[in-house]
Amino acid sequence: MRLYEHESKQLLRRHGVPLPKSALARSAEEAERAAAGLGGPVVLKSQVLTGGRMKAGGVRFASSPAEAKSAAAAILTLPINGQQPAGVLVEERRTIAQEYYAAVTWDTRAKQPVIVFSDMGGIDVEEVAVQHPGHVARVHFSALTPFSDFFAKVAVASTGVSGNELGALTRIVAALARAFLQYDLTLAEINPIGRLDDGSIVALDAHLDMEEEARGTHRALLQELGVPEEDTRQARPPTAFEIAGAAVDASDPRGVAGRVVEFDGNLGLIIGAGGGSLTLFDAIRAAGGKPANYCEIGGNPSVGKAAALTRLVLSKPGVEQIAVMMNVVSNTRVDIMARGVIKGVIEAGHDPAAKIAIFRIPGSWEEEGFAILRRYGVDYVDRSVSMHEAARRAVAKLGAQPGRKR
Amino acid sequence: MAMFIRVDVDPAVQADPALCKRLVELCPVDIFALDGAGRIATVEQNLDECTLCDLCIAAAPGRVTVVKLYAEG
Ligand code: SF4
Repeated sequence: MRLYEHESKQLLRRHGVPLPKSALARSAEEAERAAAGLGGPVVLKSQVLTGGRMKAGGVRFASSPAEAKSAAAAILTLPINGQQPAGVLVEERRTIAQEYYAAVTWDTRAKQPVIVFSDMGGIDVEEVAVQHPGHVARVHFSALTPFSDFFAKVAVASTGVSGNELGALTRIVAALARAFLQYDLTLAEINPIGRLDDGSIVALDAHLDMEEEARGTHRALLQELGVPEEDTRQARPPTAFEIAGAAVDASDPRGVAGRVVEFDGNLGLIIGAGGGSLTLFDAIRAAGGKPANYCEIGGNPSVGKAAALTRLVLSKPGVEQIAVMMNVVSNTRVDIMARGVIKGVIEAGHDPAAKIAIFRIPGSWEEEGFAILRRYGVDYVDRSVSMHEAARRAVAKLGAQPGRKR
Repeated sequence: MAMFIRVDVDPAVQADPALCKRLVELCPVDIFALDGAGRIATVEQNLDECTLCDLCIAAAPGRVTVVKLYAEG
């Protein structure tokens, strides 16, 4: 769940991160008043949950309140990547002598948080890492023990920063890491941190992403930041298909079946388990298939819930067949899933043997499940067939349907 | 309409109100219910949710049968 820049900055301010003076404006008049209050030149920044603001014209400069008013009017009516701005942040404009980059995120391979720091900020850090690897430092730390500033200092010093700047930047990076841990963030990024012409060091932009599942834990904080409970913070509003999927999932507490994302393809997916959804989605695409949806199933959804999800996926225009696939799971009942999916297909008015391209759920009660699948003539495979091979077979079967144009 | 599971209850079970009540309580997916007169009946829309746990069979041996419709010839 991404926070707006102004919310991210509010949070970082609590952790002692130095920031330029700023005010949020929801209208051009408010921006004019904010600029007058700040005095001097200002920068106005569109509050959207997407990158590329500068290129899109969502960041403008003004040297007077009147200029700020007209800049804000332009920004507030400018959608960026399909998003309408939630406001405009009016901030004092400072002269920058040097820019730095700092972020804390999860390194999923190392299974630890990692600090990424660069003394070449303001630009794409991934490009810096390729072009100037000596200017990007990565330092891992444990999420299980209290954070020590030492890790932040090592990261900053690794890029050659020393003296007063080392101390100031260490404090900012350490604050960023503590915020990351305290608020269950998945990304805490400041790009750029600016060394100003007077030598002071401030965070000029900020981007925080909170773990979606942590919203409940941090309800009070989100309220203080003014984030309404119904604000999903998704990059786009959910489609009717996705809303219907969420309703299926919420209809029964048993298992997960209904978290769906809509795509344009012709192969409906009922997939999941232990990271299986992403792997299987990618496997379908790697095999040349076109998924109609992403989906997550797991645990032990009831027969009714699995059937409702199946009906929903089949109701999507353009879906020709469905593939039912999971990673190896110890708890999901194969027979219950088989019953649910077959029931859903029949209730949608189709023949399971024709509509289900492949069924691969290596779970518990397999033999019972296979007996059901055999009874309805559904193609199934066990765990001896990999997820990628199952995906390949599903795509091949869909392509080989009689009367289908290749 | 149930597609996968049928549960047969011997009419003799109706003469044992305590057993009827127990069947209702023990089934994890609410396949049994009592009508207004305290008679036990199966709930059609829940039959396919049967987990094959056999608790009902253990509670009423020989008097409750769970039939897998997909296993029939
Ligand atoms: S076997 Fe278990 S789930 Fe099925 S009817 Fe009996 S008690 Fe209910």
